[in-house]
Amino acid sequence: MTKAARSQHLRVQRTVLDAGGVARAIDDMAEALLEEEPAGDGLMLIGIRTRGLPLAERLAAAIARRSGVTPPIGALDITLYRDDLSTIGPQPVVRGTDLPGPIDGRVVVLCDDVLYTGRTVRAALDELADYGRPRAVRLAVLVDRGHRELPVQPDVVGLRLDTTPEQVVEVAFADVDGSDAVRLLARAGEEEEA
Amino acid sequence: MSAHLIRGGRLVDPSQGLDEELDLLLEDGVVARLGAGLEPPPGAAVTDARGLVVTPGLIDVHVHLREPGHEYKETVESGLMAAAAGGFTAVACMPNTEPVNDNRSVTEHVLRQAARHPYARVHPIGAISKGQKGEELAEFGEMVAAGVVAVSDDGWPVKNAHLMRRALEYARHFDLTVIQHAEDLELTGDGVMHEGEWSTRLGLPGIPGAAEDVMVARDLLLAELTGGRYHVAHLSTGHSLELVREARRRGVRVSCEVTPHHLLLSDRAVAEQSFSSHTKMKPPLRSQHDVEALLAGLADGTVDAIASDHAPHHPDEKDVQFSAAPFGIVGLETTVSLCLDRLVHGGVIPLPRLIELLSTGPARVLGLPGGSLAPGQVADVTLLDLERRITVDPTTFRSKGRNTPFAGWTLRGAPAATFLAGRPVTLP
Amino acid sequence: MSEPTWRRKDLLGIAPLSAEEITLVLDTAESFLEIAERPIKKVPTLRGKSVLNLFFEASTRTRSSFELAEKRLSADSLNFSSGSSALVKGESLIDTARNLQAMAPDLLVVRHQHPGVPHLLAERVEAGVINAGDGAHEHPTQALLDALTIRRHKGRIAGLKVAIVGDVAHSRVVRSNVHLLAKLGASVTVAGPRTMMPVAADSLGVTVCYDLEEALEGADVVMMLRAQLERHRRALFPSVRDYFRLFGLSRARLARAQEDVIVMHPGPMNRGVEIASEVADGPGSVILEQVANGVAVRMAVLYLLAAAQGGGE
Repeated sequence: MTKAARSQHLRVQRTVLDAGGVARAIDDMAEALLEEEPAGDGLMLIGIRTRGLPLAERLAAAIARRSGVTPPIGALDITLYRDDLSTIGPQPVVRGTDLPGPIDGRVVVLCDDVLYTGRTVRAALDELADYGRPRAVRLAVLVDRGHRELPVQPDVVGLRLDTTPEQVVEVAFADVDGSDAVRLLARAGEEEEA
Repeated sequence: MSAHLIRGGRLVDPSQGLDEELDLLLEDGVVARLGAGLEPPPGAAVTDARGLVVTPGLIDVHVHLREPGHEYKETVESGLMAAAAGGFTAVACMPNTEPVNDNRSVTEHVLRQAARHPYARVHPIGAISKGQKGEELAEFGEMVAAGVVAVSDDGWPVKNAHLMRRALEYARHFDLTVIQHAEDLELTGDGVMHEGEWSTRLGLPGIPGAAEDVMVARDLLLAELTGGRYHVAHLSTGHSLELVREARRRGVRVSCEVTPHHLLLSDRAVAEQSFSSHTKMKPPLRSQHDVEALLAGLADGTVDAIASDHAPHHPDEKDVQFSAAPFGIVGLETTVSLCLDRLVHGGVIPLPRLIELLSTGPARVLGLPGGSLAPGQVADVTLLDLERRITVDPTTFRSKGRNTPFAGWTLRGAPAATFLAGRPVTLP
Repeated sequence: MSEPTWRRKDLLGIAPLSAEEITLVLDTAESFLEIAERPIKKVPTLRGKSVLNLFFEASTRTRSSFELAEKRLSADSLNFSSGSSALVKGESLIDTARNLQAMAPDLLVVRHQHPGVPHLLAERVEAGVINAGDGAHEHPTQALLDALTIRRHKGRIAGLKVAIVGDVAHSRVVRSNVHLLAKLGASVTVAGPRTMMPVAADSLGVTVCYDLEEALEGADVVMMLRAQLERHRRALFPSVRDYFRLFGLSRARLARAQEDVIVMHPGPMNRGVEIASEVADGPGSVILEQVANGVAVRMAVLYLLAAAQGGGE
């Protein structure tokens, strides 16, 4: 049973991407990104904690393989910029933001594992603005599962996935979770996916 | 002629060494007869006391009725209703009123009020010094003539050793007991709770046990010097108790009372009740070690009386931060249940010893009527239900005071009824 | 292992906290330290939250530290101090509490000269209450900032030898620190004049000693307390000169401690009374870092209490 499944009484409906699928998706994302932005020219990958960070690391490695240049990596903790402090209950631990250097004039690629309502990205943009003025900010996500609540669109996507709001998309990375995978979960007892 | 037969109860009278099922006939305000299977005389009322304990009327030798002067805290009327509700047939009230009961007219005023509200007897205690200022002796003779049964500057200690000596000497003319609130105010300083582990933890200024002990020690030497009758009010430390024990062995005429709260709570309660002002009183709740010494003093006979130090305050005065609150808690309506549950059911002392501490002992200490159901004695009687379970609910108190640290305690044992001069007491 | 969480409505003292809760506050404060290094030293976390700073006893430093922490978290803060008309003498504390509750604040920061006042307010208001010092009882945020300072220098708390020196009886800083250091596994020695030592100091779980040099022996951390000789109307110490002779921290005395000892002081210092300038300004002094860490710790506490009010599902 996966971690999310244990904690929320969820069960895995299906594995959307296996390890090979995740690796191919990240490779495709790196390629798409390099088409837009040359790696050597001020590119900076910033992962949104927690699972945006391993994605940024994997993307950076893929970019290095293709271009020979390893872009700097940073981590952004958006906890302090969330708009739901009073409703989330026991609050997430603040892990801190750790940027590799000034962001002024750089092309910052925000990385996150799943794009859903868009609120996390909104918070990340607010936080970035407090650190400086990047030349451009791009958004790279491994999975876009739809159901946006804000006008936010990704620039680079590994996989577009049709979901219902009741479902949960779980992304596992080898570095932190043991193996790569994208799984679709549903509450135990709910009907199978149509 | 009036008669009342209390039938079928367990009669406990330490003055006669009785603890058995006996009927009790009260006639014309005095005890007429005790015996098994008594028949009511013609026209007598009968109370069925089966399942209840019948005891000489309980006496609380240390209460504050607040009248005159502080009627917003308590009146003679509300205080006596509280006494009756709590199982007491008599109370001795302290003179720290406004004006102070240091003269005949205040004594008479208190007794007049009491006569209008005959729920329990009132025995006024006069001041030792005029205005309780600790400077000049009050007129003991005038006050005794008006009905005072003892003298005390309670609320304030008699600091001047010379004045204390003279009080003990002069009181002998009237065979009056001199009651001391034993506290060295210099040692107390700005203290608000017992000085010990919990004052250390809570950062509250402490009142050392020695503040009481040094004055008890001094007074015992003065009592020995003068031959006077000396009574320690609300004795709270193991050391003071030991001093009393030792002085008594030397023949000093000394007696002492302890309060239920000093027997059942320690200074830890201030922390457990999170700085509640209901844990603030003088003397302060002492260490667990002191509590155990006092409990031993109940069992071994050193302690003469349990007294409540009933000290009602207005809720507005107590509903403030710990440091700003006045000292004192109410006790008339909790004493009996606390003692039955924790001391008797709790196995500290047997029931007859408790009755001695709540009736026979108090009567002896102040030379009061009652404390015995021997034929010819005043017909003041208390009935107790040892099994009834109650939960302390200050909102139901007859007293105007609601300041108790025992709210919410569930206790086994409660007063069932009182008789005053042979008649059942009923509260409006 | 589940993530540590903060569920308390109030922060009234260190005594009730678990080691995990203390560590959570310290870890959170570490993350907040970075905000002071940003070009814009402000995050929107507590936007729309109101915080009332109630200082019944004057304290410019602690109040400023809280105020800065509140502003950096974008809270709306309002100050009431003993001089201001909102805290008029004669009004009962309960009436004050009712008035404050009517303003619907989210958090109250309370400093009072008497122990237990924050506890009483916490019972009577819905807002979360932070004890910013109640008499000689507790000063939890001071202990937390001290712990953060120690941890950043020593990398740990457990196993350290900490000496706390001065007027132990009247210090809220001592009580909070003793609880915290004990919970995190340090061994604490308190030292001071016998007239300024509470009767049952050993019941706090510390070693009690009356000799400064003995207390300093092998210490990793030395905390000096402010000697408020002028405050005591009851004779506790004859003179400043005598105090420094017996309990003043000089460089020579400090040599008995570990070579990498750090010296702390909650401020404000009395130079030449409890601490010599050569020590206060010396290499091991971390007194100014304590001030900086204080803002981060207070941000962490404000954040954790405000977030806990969400209550969750």
